[in-house]
Amino acid sequence: MLGDLRSGGLRKPMKMIPASDSSVLVVFGEAITPEMHRRVLNLFHALRSRRDRRIRNLHPGYVSLLVDFDPLALTHERIFALIEEASEAEPGANPGCTKLVDVPVHYGEEHGPDLADVAAHAQLAVEEVVRLHSSATYDVSFLGFTAGFAYLSGMPETLSMPRLATPRRSVVAGSVGIAGGQTGIYPTETPGGWRLIGRTPLRMFDSRRSAPTLVLPGDQVRFTSISRAEFERLWQECA
Amino acid sequence: MSIRVLKPGLSTTVQDGGRFGYAHLGISPCGPADRLSMRIANRMVGNDEYAPALEMTLMGATLEFESDATIALAGANCGCVLAEERVGAFTPLPTAAGMVLHCGSTTDGARTYLAVRGGIEVPLIMGSASTDVRGKFGGVEGRRLKAGDVLKISSAGARQPQRVRREALQKMHSEGPIRVTRGAQHHWFCPAEYGRFLTSPYVVSEQSDRAGLRLKGEAINTVERRQLLTDGIPLGAIQVPQDGQPIILFVDQQTTGGYPKITNVIAADIHRVGQLRPRDQVRFAEVSICQAFEALREQERWFEEIWQE
Repeated sequence: MLGDLRSGGLRKPMKMIPASDSSVLVVFGEAITPEMHRRVLNLFHALRSRRDRRIRNLHPGYVSLLVDFDPLALTHERIFALIEEASEAEPGANPGCTKLVDVPVHYGEEHGPDLADVAAHAQLAVEEVVRLHSSATYDVSFLGFTAGFAYLSGMPETLSMPRLATPRRSVVAGSVGIAGGQTGIYPTETPGGWRLIGRTPLRMFDSRRSAPTLVLPGDQVRFTSISRAEFERLWQECA
Repeated sequence: MSIRVLKPGLSTTVQDGGRFGYAHLGISPCGPADRLSMRIANRMVGNDEYAPALEMTLMGATLEFESDATIALAGANCGCVLAEERVGAFTPLPTAAGMVLHCGSTTDGARTYLAVRGGIEVPLIMGSASTDVRGKFGGVEGRRLKAGDVLKISSAGARQPQRVRREALQKMHSEGPIRVTRGAQHHWFCPAEYGRFLTSPYVVSEQSDRAGLRLKGEAINTVERRQLLTDGIPLGAIQVPQDGQPIILFVDQQTTGGYPKITNVIAADIHRVGQLRPRDQVRFAEVSICQAFEALREQERWFEEIWQE
Protein backbone atom coordinates (compact mmCIF):
# COMPACT_ATOMS: atom_id res chain seq x y z
CA MET A 1 0.00 0.00 0.00
CA LEU A 2 1.60 3.18 -1.10
CA GLY A 3 -0.23 6.35 -1.98
CA ASP A 4 1.68 8.34 -4.56
CA LEU A 5 -0.04 11.61 -5.17
CA ARG A 6 0.64 13.60 -8.29
CA SER A 7 -2.44 15.72 -8.66
CA GLY A 8 -2.17 18.68 -11.02
CA GLY A 9 -1.03 22.26 -10.58
CA LEU A 10 2.21 23.18 -8.91
CA ARG A 11 1.93 20.48 -6.27
CA LYS A 12 4.94 18.30 -5.82
CA PRO A 13 4.47 14.58 -5.20
CA MET A 14 4.39 13.17 -1.72
CA LYS A 15 4.40 9.56 -0.64
CA MET A 16 2.07 8.19 2.00
CA ILE A 17 3.50 5.05 3.55
CA PRO A 18 1.61 3.07 6.21
CA ALA A 19 4.21 2.98 9.00
CA SER A 20 1.98 0.85 11.26
CA ASP A 21 -1.71 -0.03 11.57
CA SER A 22 -2.14 3.29 13.40
CA SER A 23 0.10 5.67 11.48
CA VAL A 24 1.12 7.02 8.10
CA LEU A 25 4.50 8.45 7.20
CA VAL A 26 4.11 11.26 4.66
CA VAL A 27 7.43 11.62 2.85
CA PHE A 28 8.11 14.72 0.73
CA GLY A 29 11.61 13.98 -0.55
CA GLU A 30 15.08 12.82 0.32
CA ALA A 31 17.15 15.94 0.92
CA ILE A 32 16.99 18.55 3.67
CA THR A 33 16.12 21.81 1.91
CA PRO A 34 14.16 24.92 2.97
CA GLU A 35 11.46 23.84 0.51
CA MET A 36 11.10 20.46 2.29
CA HIS A 37 11.01 22.17 5.65
CA ARG A 38 8.21 24.44 4.43
CA ARG A 39 6.17 21.55 3.01
CA VAL A 40 6.47 19.47 6.19
CA LEU A 41 5.36 22.43 8.29
CA ASN A 42 2.50 23.37 5.95
CA LEU A 43 0.98 19.90 6.23
CA PHE A 44 1.64 19.84 9.98
CA HIS A 45 -0.21 23.14 10.47
CA ALA A 46 -3.01 22.20 8.06
CA LEU A 47 -3.69 18.93 9.93
CA ARG A 48 -3.26 20.45 13.36
CA SER A 49 -5.68 23.28 12.69
CA ARG A 50 -8.44 20.71 12.10
CA ARG A 51 -8.38 19.64 15.75
CA ASP A 52 -9.53 16.20 14.65
CA ARG A 53 -9.46 14.01 17.75
CA ARG A 54 -9.09 10.89 15.65
CA ILE A 55 -5.59 12.14 14.83
CA ARG A 56 -3.63 11.49 18.02
CA ASN A 57 -0.20 12.86 17.25
CA LEU A 58 1.81 14.60 14.54
CA HIS A 59 5.57 14.06 14.37
CA PRO A 60 7.35 16.38 11.93
CA GLY A 61 10.80 15.22 10.77
CA TYR A 62 13.38 16.63 8.33
CA VAL A 63 11.53 15.59 5.16
CA SER A 64 8.47 13.80 6.51
CA LEU A 65 5.47 14.01 8.79
CA LEU A 66 4.29 11.00 10.78
CA VAL A 67 0.53 11.06 11.36
CA ASP A 68 -0.57 8.85 14.24
CA PHE A 69 -4.28 8.06 14.40
CA ASP A 70 -6.79 6.06 16.40
CA PRO A 71 -7.16 2.79 14.46
CA LEU A 72 -10.63 2.20 15.90
CA ALA A 73 -11.81 5.54 14.49
CA LEU A 74 -9.95 5.77 11.15
CA THR A 75 -8.55 3.51 8.46
CA HIS A 76 -5.58 4.15 6.22
CA GLU A 77 -7.91 4.95 3.33
CA ARG A 78 -9.68 7.60 5.37
CA ILE A 79 -6.48 9.11 6.70
CA PHE A 80 -4.97 9.19 3.18
CA ALA A 81 -8.00 11.20 2.08
CA LEU A 82 -7.75 13.56 5.07
CA ILE A 83 -4.04 14.14 4.42
CA GLU A 84 -4.66 14.75 0.73
CA GLU A 85 -7.40 17.21 1.56
CA ALA A 86 -5.23 19.02 4.09
CA SER A 87 -2.30 19.17 1.68
CA GLU A 88 -4.51 20.80 -0.92
CA ALA A 89 -5.23 23.57 1.53
CA GLU A 90 -1.44 23.91 1.83
CA PRO A 91 -0.38 27.46 1.00
CA GLY A 92 -2.63 29.62 3.21
CA ALA A 93 -2.75 27.13 6.04
CA ASN A 94 0.42 28.23 7.84
CA PRO A 95 -0.79 30.48 10.64
CA GLY A 96 2.30 32.67 10.11
CA CYS A 97 3.00 32.96 13.81
CA THR A 98 6.56 31.67 13.70
CA LYS A 99 8.96 33.65 15.84
CA LEU A 100 12.65 34.44 16.25
CA VAL A 101 13.90 33.38 19.67
CA ASP A 102 17.08 34.87 21.13
CA VAL A 103 18.93 32.34 23.25
CA PRO A 104 21.65 33.79 25.51
CA VAL A 105 24.56 31.38 26.02
CA HIS A 106 27.53 31.44 28.33
CA TYR A 107 30.16 29.71 26.20
CA GLY A 108 33.02 27.65 27.60
CA GLU A 109 34.31 27.00 31.13
CA GLU A 110 32.26 24.46 33.09
CA HIS A 111 29.23 25.29 30.93
CA GLY A 112 30.98 24.22 27.73
CA PRO A 113 33.58 21.59 28.60
CA ASP A 114 34.09 20.60 24.95
CA LEU A 115 34.51 24.12 23.53
CA ALA A 116 38.30 23.82 23.31
CA ASP A 117 38.02 20.44 21.54
CA VAL A 118 35.56 21.84 19.02
CA ALA A 119 37.94 24.75 18.37
CA ALA A 120 40.90 22.41 17.95
CA HIS A 121 38.89 20.16 15.62
CA ALA A 122 37.87 23.15 13.49
CA GLN A 123 41.41 24.59 13.71
CA LEU A 124 39.96 27.86 14.94
CA ALA A 125 40.45 30.05 17.99
CA VAL A 126 37.86 29.52 20.73
CA GLU A 127 36.63 33.10 20.23
CA GLU A 128 36.09 32.39 16.54
CA VAL A 129 33.97 29.31 17.32
CA VAL A 130 31.83 31.42 19.64
CA ARG A 131 31.56 34.17 17.03
CA LEU A 132 30.52 31.73 14.29
CA HIS A 133 28.08 29.81 16.45
CA SER A 134 26.38 33.00 17.66
CA SER A 135 26.28 34.73 14.27
CA ALA A 136 24.08 32.22 12.42
CA THR A 137 20.29 32.17 12.40
CA TYR A 138 19.00 28.63 12.91
CA ASP A 139 15.75 27.04 11.78
CA VAL A 140 13.88 24.81 14.21
CA SER A 141 13.38 21.85 11.88
CA PHE A 142 11.34 19.93 14.44
CA LEU A 143 11.32 18.86 18.08
CA GLY A 144 12.00 15.27 19.02
CA PHE A 145 14.25 12.81 20.84
CA THR A 146 13.10 14.09 24.23
CA ALA A 147 10.54 16.60 25.53
CA GLY A 148 11.38 20.02 24.10
CA PHE A 149 14.57 19.07 22.23
CA ALA A 150 14.78 21.25 19.11
CA TYR A 151 16.67 20.06 16.03
CA LEU A 152 18.34 23.22 14.70
CA SER A 153 19.66 23.49 11.20
CA GLY A 154 21.91 26.21 9.80
CA MET A 155 25.14 25.77 11.75
CA PRO A 156 28.27 26.93 9.91
CA GLU A 157 29.84 23.76 8.52
CA THR A 158 33.30 24.45 9.92
CA LEU A 159 31.91 23.79 13.42
CA SER A 160 30.85 20.21 12.60
CA MET A 161 32.28 17.59 14.88
CA PRO A 162 31.24 13.97 15.53
CA ARG A 163 29.56 13.27 18.85
CA LEU A 164 31.53 11.85 21.79
CA ALA A 165 32.49 8.18 21.46
CA THR A 166 31.12 7.58 24.95
CA PRO A 167 28.09 9.69 25.89
CA ARG A 168 28.11 11.50 29.24
CA ARG A 169 25.91 9.89 31.86
CA SER A 170 24.34 13.21 32.58
CA VAL A 171 24.14 16.54 30.76
CA VAL A 172 22.59 19.47 32.62
CA ALA A 173 19.49 21.20 31.23
CA GLY A 174 20.29 24.20 29.06
CA SER A 175 23.55 22.77 27.72
CA VAL A 176 24.26 23.74 24.12
CA GLY A 177 25.96 21.07 22.05
CA ILE A 178 27.19 20.07 18.62
CA ALA A 179 26.73 16.65 16.99
CA GLY A 180 27.89 16.32 13.40
CA GLY A 181 26.50 19.32 11.53
CA GLN A 182 23.74 19.91 14.04
CA THR A 183 23.52 22.07 17.10
CA GLY A 184 20.95 21.81 19.86
CA ILE A 185 20.01 22.64 23.44
CA TYR A 186 19.33 19.98 26.08
CA PRO A 187 15.93 20.91 27.54
CA THR A 188 16.14 18.56 30.53
CA GLU A 189 18.92 16.71 32.27
CA THR A 190 19.59 13.52 30.29
CA PRO A 191 22.51 11.34 29.26
CA GLY A 192 23.98 12.72 26.06
CA GLY A 193 26.80 12.46 23.56
CA TRP A 194 26.83 15.93 22.02
CA ARG A 195 29.95 18.15 22.33
CA LEU A 196 29.03 20.76 24.91
CA ILE A 197 30.13 24.30 24.09
CA GLY A 198 28.00 26.41 26.44
CA ARG A 199 24.84 26.69 28.45
CA THR A 200 21.75 28.89 28.35
CA PRO A 201 19.99 30.07 31.51
CA LEU A 202 16.64 29.85 29.69
CA ARG A 203 14.31 26.99 30.61
CA MET A 204 13.74 25.54 27.15
CA PHE A 205 11.15 23.11 28.53
CA ASP A 206 8.86 23.48 31.53
CA SER A 207 5.87 21.15 31.67
CA ARG A 208 4.02 23.58 33.96
CA ARG A 209 3.99 26.46 31.47
CA SER A 210 0.98 26.83 29.17
CA ALA A 211 3.53 26.75 26.33
CA PRO A 212 5.83 23.99 27.64
CA THR A 213 8.55 24.65 25.05
CA LEU A 214 10.17 27.99 24.18
CA VAL A 215 10.33 27.09 20.49
CA LEU A 216 8.01 25.38 18.04
CA PRO A 217 8.74 23.69 14.70
CA GLY A 218 9.21 26.48 12.14
CA ASP A 219 10.59 29.05 14.61
CA GLN A 220 14.08 30.49 14.31
CA VAL A 221 16.79 30.68 16.93
CA ARG A 222 19.78 33.02 17.39
CA PHE A 223 22.43 32.55 20.06
CA THR A 224 24.03 35.51 21.83
CA SER A 225 27.20 35.21 23.88
CA ILE A 226 26.83 36.33 27.50
CA SER A 227 29.19 36.56 30.46
CA ARG A 228 29.12 34.31 33.46
CA ALA A 229 27.67 37.15 35.57
CA GLU A 230 24.91 37.65 33.05
CA PHE A 231 24.24 33.89 33.04
CA GLU A 232 23.88 33.88 36.84
CA ARG A 233 21.56 36.89 36.74
CA LEU A 234 19.32 35.41 34.02
CA TRP A 235 19.36 32.00 35.73
CA GLN A 236 17.82 33.56 38.84
CA GLU A 237 15.38 35.58 36.76
CA CYS A 238 14.12 32.55 34.83
CA ALA A 239 13.63 30.40 37.93
CA MET B 1 -8.97 9.45 51.16
CA SER B 2 -5.45 8.34 50.51
CA ILE B 3 -2.91 5.54 50.14
CA ARG B 4 0.54 5.63 51.73
CA VAL B 5 3.45 4.03 49.92
CA LEU B 6 5.41 1.87 52.37
CA LYS B 7 7.63 0.23 49.73
CA PRO B 8 7.58 1.50 46.16
CA GLY B 9 8.53 -1.73 44.37
CA LEU B 10 10.94 -1.74 41.44
CA SER B 11 9.24 0.80 39.20
CA THR B 12 5.75 1.93 40.12
CA THR B 13 4.19 4.91 38.36
CA VAL B 14 0.82 6.59 37.98
CA GLN B 15 -0.53 6.17 34.45
CA ASP B 16 -3.75 7.01 32.65
CA GLY B 17 -4.65 6.58 28.98
CA GLY B 18 -1.62 8.61 27.91
CA ARG B 19 -0.64 12.09 26.77
CA PHE B 20 -1.56 12.61 23.14
CA GLY B 21 -1.29 15.69 20.92
CA TYR B 22 2.19 16.84 21.95
CA ALA B 23 4.51 14.64 19.88
CA HIS B 24 5.56 17.73 17.88
CA LEU B 25 7.06 19.06 21.13
CA GLY B 26 9.00 15.83 21.56
CA ILE B 27 6.58 14.53 24.19
CA SER B 28 5.90 10.78 24.23
CA PRO B 29 2.44 9.36 24.84
CA CYS B 30 3.41 7.37 27.97
CA GLY B 31 0.27 5.70 29.38
CA PRO B 32 -0.10 2.04 30.34
CA ALA B 33 2.33 -0.57 29.02
CA ASP B 34 -0.55 -3.06 29.06
CA ARG B 35 -3.60 -1.07 28.06
CA LEU B 36 -6.04 -3.99 28.34
CA SER B 37 -5.07 -4.81 31.93
CA MET B 38 -5.47 -1.17 32.97
CA ARG B 39 -8.90 -1.01 31.34
CA ILE B 40 -9.97 -4.21 33.11
CA ALA B 41 -8.71 -3.02 36.53
CA ASN B 42 -10.51 0.29 36.22
CA ARG B 43 -13.76 -1.23 35.04
CA MET B 44 -13.78 -3.64 37.97
CA VAL B 45 -13.92 -0.70 40.37
CA GLY B 46 -16.43 1.24 38.25
CA ASN B 47 -13.98 3.84 36.93
CA ASP B 48 -13.48 5.21 33.45
CA GLU B 49 -11.28 2.67 31.69
CA TYR B 50 -8.37 5.09 31.65
CA ALA B 51 -8.72 6.62 35.12
CA PRO B 52 -5.29 7.21 36.73
CA ALA B 53 -4.07 3.93 38.24
CA LEU B 54 -0.80 2.41 39.45
CA GLU B 55 1.41 0.45 37.10
CA MET B 56 3.81 -1.84 39.01
CA THR B 57 6.75 -3.48 37.27
CA LEU B 58 8.35 -6.87 38.08
CA MET B 59 8.31 -6.21 41.84
CA GLY B 60 5.14 -4.68 43.25
CA ALA B 61 4.61 -2.08 45.94
CA THR B 62 3.53 -2.30 49.57
CA LEU B 63 0.73 0.15 50.25
CA GLU B 64 -1.20 1.17 53.33
CA PHE B 65 -4.79 2.35 52.95
CA GLU B 66 -5.54 5.37 55.09
CA SER B 67 -9.24 5.13 54.40
CA ASP B 68 -11.82 2.65 53.15
CA ALA B 69 -11.52 2.05 49.43
CA THR B 70 -12.32 -0.43 46.69
CA ILE B 71 -9.40 -1.66 44.65
CA ALA B 72 -8.81 -4.14 41.85
CA LEU B 73 -5.71 -5.76 40.41
CA ALA B 74 -5.18 -6.88 36.83
CA GLY B 75 -2.28 -7.93 34.67
CA ALA B 76 0.60 -10.08 35.87
CA ASN B 77 0.20 -12.13 39.03
CA CYS B 78 2.39 -10.83 41.83
CA GLY B 79 1.32 -12.78 44.89
CA CYS B 80 -0.69 -10.00 46.50
CA VAL B 81 -1.49 -10.15 50.19
CA LEU B 82 -4.13 -7.83 51.66
CA ALA B 83 -4.33 -7.64 55.45
CA GLU B 84 -2.36 -10.87 55.57
CA GLU B 85 -4.74 -12.73 53.31
CA ARG B 86 -3.81 -13.90 49.86
CA VAL B 87 -5.86 -12.03 47.24
CA GLY B 88 -6.17 -12.63 43.53
CA ALA B 89 -6.36 -10.40 40.54
CA PHE B 90 -9.53 -9.82 38.54
CA THR B 91 -11.86 -9.38 41.49
CA PRO B 92 -12.80 -6.11 43.24
CA LEU B 93 -11.45 -5.93 46.81
CA PRO B 94 -12.81 -3.74 49.58
CA THR B 95 -10.14 -2.31 51.88
CA ALA B 96 -10.49 -0.66 55.25
CA ALA B 97 -8.39 2.08 56.81
CA GLY B 98 -5.14 0.64 58.16
CA MET B 99 -5.05 -2.36 55.86
CA VAL B 100 -1.77 -3.11 54.10
CA LEU B 101 -1.53 -4.51 50.58
CA HIS B 102 1.72 -6.24 49.82
CA CYS B 103 2.56 -7.04 46.21
CA GLY B 104 5.48 -9.34 45.44
CA SER B 105 7.35 -10.32 42.30
CA THR B 106 5.41 -10.90 39.12
CA THR B 107 5.34 -14.51 38.04
CA ASP B 108 3.62 -14.59 34.68
CA GLY B 109 4.33 -11.23 33.15
CA ALA B 110 5.99 -7.91 33.86
CA ARG B 111 3.27 -5.52 34.99
CA THR B 112 0.38 -5.42 37.42
CA TYR B 113 -2.22 -2.64 37.52
CA LEU B 114 -3.87 -1.45 40.67
CA ALA B 115 -7.01 0.61 40.18
CA VAL B 116 -8.81 2.28 43.04
CA ARG B 117 -12.43 3.35 42.90
CA GLY B 118 -12.44 7.06 42.04
CA GLY B 119 -8.96 6.96 40.55
CA ILE B 120 -5.68 8.37 41.83
CA GLU B 121 -5.60 12.14 41.97
CA VAL B 122 -2.54 13.87 40.54
CA PRO B 123 -2.32 17.17 38.66
CA LEU B 124 -2.99 16.84 34.95
CA ILE B 125 -0.01 17.92 32.85
CA MET B 126 -0.91 18.62 29.23
CA GLY B 127 -4.20 16.90 29.88
CA SER B 128 -2.80 13.68 31.30
CA ALA B 129 -1.97 12.10 34.68
CA SER B 130 0.63 9.79 33.14
CA THR B 131 4.15 9.85 34.53
CA ASP B 132 6.83 10.77 32.00
CA VAL B 133 10.00 9.63 33.78
CA ARG B 134 12.29 10.76 30.97
CA GLY B 135 10.71 14.23 30.79
CA LYS B 136 10.38 14.28 34.61
CA PHE B 137 6.77 15.43 34.72
CA GLY B 138 3.29 14.00 35.24
CA GLY B 139 2.17 11.45 37.83
CA VAL B 140 3.81 12.06 41.20
CA GLU B 141 6.47 14.73 40.57
CA GLY B 142 7.42 13.15 37.27
CA ARG B 143 9.06 10.14 38.90
CA ARG B 144 8.59 6.58 40.11
CA LEU B 145 6.90 6.28 43.49
CA LYS B 146 9.07 6.21 46.59
CA ALA B 147 8.45 5.20 50.19
CA GLY B 148 6.50 7.85 52.07
CA ASP B 149 4.53 9.12 49.07
CA VAL B 150 0.87 9.68 49.84
CA LEU B 151 -1.51 9.14 46.93
CA LYS B 152 -4.83 10.95 47.07
CA ILE B 153 -7.87 9.01 45.95
CA SER B 154 -10.19 11.09 43.83
CA SER B 155 -13.84 11.27 44.76
CA ALA B 156 -14.69 11.43 41.06
CA GLY B 157 -18.04 9.86 40.27
CA ALA B 158 -17.74 6.15 39.65
CA ARG B 159 -20.06 3.70 37.97
CA GLN B 160 -21.23 0.27 39.01
CA PRO B 161 -18.22 -2.06 39.45
CA GLN B 162 -18.16 -4.89 36.92
CA ARG B 163 -17.06 -8.45 37.42
CA VAL B 164 -14.99 -10.22 34.87
CA ARG B 165 -15.52 -13.79 33.66
CA ARG B 166 -12.12 -15.25 34.48
CA GLU B 167 -12.28 -18.04 31.94
CA ALA B 168 -12.64 -15.39 29.21
CA LEU B 169 -9.26 -13.90 30.08
CA GLN B 170 -7.22 -16.79 28.73
CA LYS B 171 -7.25 -15.29 25.27
CA MET B 172 -5.59 -12.14 26.50
CA HIS B 173 -1.97 -13.17 26.41
CA SER B 174 -1.58 -15.71 23.66
CA GLU B 175 1.64 -17.67 23.41
CA GLY B 176 1.99 -17.10 19.69
CA PRO B 177 4.46 -14.80 17.97
CA ILE B 178 4.03 -11.05 18.31
CA ARG B 179 2.33 -9.83 15.18
CA VAL B 180 3.94 -7.05 13.17
CA THR B 181 3.26 -5.09 10.00
CA ARG B 182 5.94 -3.78 7.67
CA GLY B 183 7.82 -0.75 8.93
CA ALA B 184 8.31 2.51 7.05
CA GLN B 185 11.86 1.48 6.03
CA HIS B 186 11.30 -2.27 5.51
CA HIS B 187 12.79 -1.90 2.01
CA TRP B 188 16.11 -0.92 3.60
CA PHE B 189 16.48 -4.64 4.36
CA CYS B 190 16.97 -7.23 1.65
CA PRO B 191 14.50 -10.16 1.63
CA ALA B 192 17.03 -12.49 3.30
CA GLU B 193 17.66 -10.09 6.19
CA TYR B 194 13.96 -9.30 6.52
CA GLY B 195 13.19 -13.01 6.55
CA ARG B 196 15.86 -13.64 9.16
CA PHE B 197 14.19 -11.13 11.47
CA LEU B 198 10.88 -12.99 11.14
CA THR B 199 12.29 -16.48 11.61
CA SER B 200 14.76 -15.86 14.45
CA PRO B 201 13.95 -15.97 18.14
CA TYR B 202 15.04 -12.93 20.18
CA VAL B 203 15.63 -12.51 23.88
CA VAL B 204 14.50 -9.41 25.77
CA SER B 205 17.61 -7.78 27.22
CA GLU B 206 17.95 -6.51 30.79
CA GLN B 207 18.47 -3.03 29.34
CA SER B 208 14.79 -2.70 28.55
CA ASP B 209 12.28 -0.26 29.94
CA ARG B 210 9.12 1.59 28.96
CA ALA B 211 11.05 3.62 26.38
CA GLY B 212 12.29 0.58 24.50
CA LEU B 213 12.83 -3.16 24.67
CA ARG B 214 16.27 -4.12 23.46
CA LEU B 215 16.38 -7.54 21.83
CA LYS B 216 19.33 -9.90 21.58
CA GLY B 217 19.65 -12.43 18.79
CA GLU B 218 20.47 -12.66 15.09
CA ALA B 219 21.88 -9.35 13.85
CA ILE B 220 19.95 -7.80 10.97
CA ASN B 221 21.89 -5.83 8.37
CA THR B 222 20.56 -3.06 6.18
CA VAL B 223 21.40 -2.82 2.51
CA GLU B 224 21.36 0.97 2.68
CA ARG B 225 24.64 2.73 3.24
CA ARG B 226 23.10 6.17 3.71
CA GLN B 227 21.91 7.50 7.04
CA LEU B 228 18.20 7.85 7.61
CA LEU B 229 17.05 11.46 7.97
CA THR B 230 15.49 11.60 11.44
CA ASP B 231 11.75 10.95 11.21
CA GLY B 232 8.77 10.26 13.45
CA ILE B 233 8.50 6.96 15.34
CA PRO B 234 5.14 5.21 15.70
CA LEU B 235 4.33 3.31 18.90
CA GLY B 236 5.68 -0.23 18.66
CA ALA B 237 8.13 0.49 15.85
CA ILE B 238 11.00 -2.00 15.69
CA GLN B 239 14.15 -0.16 14.72
CA VAL B 240 17.48 -1.66 13.80
CA PRO B 241 20.56 0.34 14.83
CA GLN B 242 24.04 -0.25 13.35
CA ASP B 243 24.78 -3.26 15.57
CA GLY B 244 21.81 -5.05 14.01
CA GLN B 245 20.10 -5.84 17.34
CA PRO B 246 16.45 -4.74 17.08
CA ILE B 247 14.76 -2.41 19.58
CA ILE B 248 10.98 -2.25 20.13
CA LEU B 249 10.13 1.39 20.80
CA PHE B 250 7.54 1.50 23.50
CA VAL B 251 5.17 3.83 25.37
CA ASP B 252 7.84 6.20 26.79
CA GLN B 253 9.64 6.21 23.43
CA GLN B 254 11.44 9.10 21.84
CA THR B 255 9.15 10.76 19.29
CA THR B 256 11.72 10.87 16.48
CA GLY B 257 14.74 8.80 15.58
CA GLY B 258 17.34 8.10 12.96
CA TYR B 259 17.41 4.31 12.67
CA PRO B 260 15.47 2.39 10.00
CA LYS B 261 12.27 0.75 11.20
CA ILE B 262 11.91 -2.78 9.87
CA THR B 263 8.47 -3.66 11.26
CA ASN B 264 5.88 -2.40 13.73
CA VAL B 265 3.98 -4.29 16.43
CA ILE B 266 0.24 -4.25 15.67
CA ALA B 267 -2.04 -2.28 18.00
CA ALA B 268 -3.77 -5.48 19.17
CA ASP B 269 -0.44 -6.91 20.44
CA ILE B 270 1.12 -3.82 22.07
CA HIS B 271 -0.22 -4.91 25.48
CA ARG B 272 1.69 -8.19 25.14
CA VAL B 273 4.94 -6.25 24.73
CA GLY B 274 4.09 -4.58 28.05
CA GLN B 275 4.11 -7.98 29.75
CA LEU B 276 7.50 -9.12 28.40
CA ARG B 277 10.15 -9.64 31.05
CA PRO B 278 13.91 -9.48 30.70
CA ARG B 279 15.19 -12.84 29.33
CA ASP B 280 11.80 -13.72 27.81
CA GLN B 281 12.03 -15.12 24.30
CA VAL B 282 10.01 -13.51 21.51
CA ARG B 283 9.26 -14.31 17.91
CA PHE B 284 7.56 -12.18 15.31
CA ALA B 285 5.09 -12.93 12.54
CA GLU B 286 4.12 -10.56 9.76
CA VAL B 287 0.46 -9.76 9.10
CA SER B 288 -1.13 -7.33 6.67
CA ILE B 289 -2.53 -3.98 7.75
CA CYS B 290 -6.03 -5.37 7.11
CA GLN B 291 -5.36 -8.34 9.39
CA ALA B 292 -4.01 -5.96 12.03
CA PHE B 293 -7.21 -3.87 11.90
CA GLU B 294 -9.33 -7.00 12.09
CA ALA B 295 -7.34 -8.30 15.09
CA LEU B 296 -7.95 -5.02 16.91
CA ARG B 297 -11.68 -5.05 16.21
CA GLU B 298 -11.88 -8.67 17.32
CA GLN B 299 -10.04 -7.76 20.52
CA GLU B 300 -12.53 -4.98 21.23
CA ARG B 301 -15.44 -7.38 20.70
CA TRP B 302 -13.78 -9.85 23.07
CA PHE B 303 -13.24 -7.06 25.62
CA GLU B 304 -16.98 -6.40 25.76
CA GLU B 305 -17.71 -10.11 26.22
CA ILE B 306 -15.50 -10.77 29.24
CA TRP B 307 -17.86 -9.08 31.70
CA GLN B 308 -20.42 -10.87 33.84
CA GLU B 309 -24.01 -9.81 33.34
